[in-house]
Amino acid sequence: MAVRSEKRGTEMKHAKTATQNACKLCNPLGACLAFRGIENCVPFLHGSQGCATYIRRYLISHYKEPIDIASSNFNEDTAVFGGSHNLKLGLQNVTQQYRPEVIGLATTCLSETIGDDVKGILREYKKEQMNGVPMPLMIHASTPSYQGSHIDGFHGAVRAAVETLAEQGTPQQLVNLFANMVSPADLRHLREIFDDFSLPCMMLPDYSKTLDGGPWAEYHRIPPGGTPASAISLSGSAIGSVEFTSTLADAKSPAAWLEEKFGVPRHQLPMPIGIRETDRFFGLLETISQKAQPEKYDDERRRLVDAYADGHKYVFDKKVIVYGEEDLVISMTAFLREIGMVPVLVASGGKSGLLKKKLQELVPDLEEAGIKVRDGVDFVDIEDEAKLLAPDFLIGNSKGYTMSRKNNIPLLRIGFPIHDRFGGQRLHHLGYRGTLELFDRIVNMVLQQRQDDSEIGYTYL
Amino acid sequence: MEQIQILKEREKQIFEKKDGGAAFDISCETTSLSGSVSQRACVFCGSRVVLYPVADALHLVHGPIGCAAYTWDIRGSVSSGPELHRLSFSTDLQETDVIFGGEKKLYASLIELIEQYQPKAAFIYSTCIIGIIGDDIDAVCRKVAKETSIPVLPVHSEGFKGTKKDGYRAACISLMKLVGTAETNDISPYSINILGEFNLAGEAWIIREYYEKMGIQVVSTMTGDGRVDAVRKAHGATLNVVQCSGSMTSLAKDMEEKYAIPFIRVSYFGIEDMASALYDVAKHFPDRPDIMEKAREIVKSEVERLYPQLQKFKAALSGKKAAIYVGGAFKTFSLIKALRSLGMSVVLAGSQTGNSDDYGNLKEMCDEGTVIVDDSNPVELSKFILEKEADLLIGGVKERPIAFKLGVAFCDHNHERKIPLAGFIGMYNFALEVYQSVMSPVWQFAPRKGGLK
Repeated sequence: MAVRSEKRGTEMKHAKTATQNACKLCNPLGACLAFRGIENCVPFLHGSQGCATYIRRYLISHYKEPIDIASSNFNEDTAVFGGSHNLKLGLQNVTQQYRPEVIGLATTCLSETIGDDVKGILREYKKEQMNGVPMPLMIHASTPSYQGSHIDGFHGAVRAAVETLAEQGTPQQLVNLFANMVSPADLRHLREIFDDFSLPCMMLPDYSKTLDGGPWAEYHRIPPGGTPASAISLSGSAIGSVEFTSTLADAKSPAAWLEEKFGVPRHQLPMPIGIRETDRFFGLLETISQKAQPEKYDDERRRLVDAYADGHKYVFDKKVIVYGEEDLVISMTAFLREIGMVPVLVASGGKSGLLKKKLQELVPDLEEAGIKVRDGVDFVDIEDEAKLLAPDFLIGNSKGYTMSRKNNIPLLRIGFPIHDRFGGQRLHHLGYRGTLELFDRIVNMVLQQRQDDSEIGYTYL
Repeated sequence: MEQIQILKEREKQIFEKKDGGAAFDISCETTSLSGSVSQRACVFCGSRVVLYPVADALHLVHGPIGCAAYTWDIRGSVSSGPELHRLSFSTDLQETDVIFGGEKKLYASLIELIEQYQPKAAFIYSTCIIGIIGDDIDAVCRKVAKETSIPVLPVHSEGFKGTKKDGYRAACISLMKLVGTAETNDISPYSINILGEFNLAGEAWIIREYYEKMGIQVVSTMTGDGRVDAVRKAHGATLNVVQCSGSMTSLAKDMEEKYAIPFIRVSYFGIEDMASALYDVAKHFPDRPDIMEKAREIVKSEVERLYPQLQKFKAALSGKKAAIYVGGAFKTFSLIKALRSLGMSVVLAGSQTGNSDDYGNLKEMCDEGTVIVDDSNPVELSKFILEKEADLLIGGVKERPIAFKLGVAFCDHNHERKIPLAGFIGMYNFALEVYQSVMSPVWQFAPRKGGLK
């Protein structure tokens, strides 16, 4: 059904001031997700009840797991007189009901705008509660929704956890891994890789179990799994930090903080998607562990190269639009280029200011290949571009479905959120294994389209 | 297994019916307890759900991006025509807007969007932050209305200014501004408005068809498959028929006061309540016995068709136990009756927004031992599901994983469902969904059932 006015014609550009069909989420969502990856931690939003409930609903629709997020539940008095009373009461109630080891406290636009001094309130609370009852550790991330997007909240919570818990200690045979906002399946795979290198790893966050776990024999207040607070405290004495990001500023990076504070060497590299970027990651692990890459991964790499050969003709020169968080689309673009696809548009709702620059580093022929890069866009911007660029496929989260359907361009679902397909939490994106899964899915998408569009309906393709 | 504790402040909102249920005094209609992980949302959510299905209006959320992003195409409310309601519009306020005010951005957004989409009206939702930075959205709305010649209606839905119910009220106030602004010449005296029906999976169409078959004109459905022009002439109807009593009774009361239109409360869930919804409307037109006659015919033919189909489900489900936790209390009444007609009993019944009358009625309806909860949370729901050994939970997306983790069947009775559960056909769909979930062989592997290993 035509949504837009017929009179407008195709040449007319859409309204620019408002954001339409946002290609980003708000800051506190990312923080809640990250806090879900700390063991025995309850995420707590200091703001209105709706923030917690909407974010729970949004996350549950992707992960299909219980996600309890507490709220300080502002009312009019709270907004006028400050959130101190509600916050303290909320912390008390969460402590009593969930008995958490950690409370991950994130702010909202409301509590930030009224100017609550959360750090001060927490100090007071700790003093007032000095009555022998064990108190959970408090991690506080400042996440006003009018700044940045969900990815900022995610990194902000991780950094806050490290800043709160990390301690100086005797150097340990331990590597910190800040894997960015990836799927539980990716996290499991990364854990396996580190295990295979015999490298003890402090992965933060780790929601591989909390957001993709088994059934419960009995009720769990907090789902089992996650990075223990005790492990995070060791991060200050690790032999290095590995951080998958291309765009995270030093001031927001947990690895940068650990390097500055405790001298833990920081290894920043793009998300390992595609052969080159995965080689870079495994090369780093070889250096850190001073071990050769286990043969298992030689095999995985060989299978991937073999698959590239088997499938290259299907994908060559296919035009795609890829969208999502900046770090994800940067690495996806690097991968798509190495299989001969043309990302005619690389788009993100995020706005670090680094998207194009960092893409150029990984994809030197960005300009020649005709790859357009846009940050800070919404889905209507992307749709406008799609009309001009006529891509064969879209690659991104399931929120692109609206434009996919309307413009009849198939969508390959990756990343977060995936609300209209089953098993989004179990998709792989990283490493040789994740790349192979992506490659298989891309080739199959091409094959399916060929079959669907064919009058003959070949049974061998 | 360890006992799950209830927070002391929450005890007054939980009631177990014992010894006939003496001394019933459940606390409700309060704001949620801080830190309790309420399943409720906020004022904004209440307004958004009521107005969302108005398909030819522009819905602009004034605030940072989250509130709009989380409500983008969120419900199964379908439209037979325009689908503007399925897009998400936000002023996406940034830090500078918070400091210097968002009025200019709101104004520019509105002018551009109205130009582009040519909506019949615009609803502007205030979010938390607007209540703090003090944008005068009423003034902006007046200005834009004047310049664009369409109704531009502020919805005062700042998240913290009350509960979801206050959001319902704010939405009704906005709708009330539209009602009475168009001609009503073509409206029959045998006419109704359907209120509190949101056309999830086309439910309003099913209901509308029954009434039209009875010879009644449906002037507007509010807000399912909603149209601004229909709302504008809603005051021409003879009777308001209110479902989902929590959300729209206030509009019905306002219309009664201003336009002397009486209202009745109905429910379209389950055979019994669906039949009553038709009879109660027919009773309102005693000078037209043919309307009642038609209502009887519809009920007879539908029940004759439905009843035998339900027997298979009933045979399988008899003796199974259900837990209900939904938004509005009125729905729980219907669900209890519907479940009983399938041979099932209800061991837990609760809602996010019921009032003391609702809970009083609920207590009367419930069996001995049933737990009644107001504004509950995952810990409590899990506790009672386990203690009462429920086989089924009825709720929404947030409740679903609780059921599945515990190895309990689940039926989605919330706004996101894609299968109509209203009407006679809806009762069949409901029974089928309950049957398919409760009887699934997958539960044999659930730890609760022994887990086989």
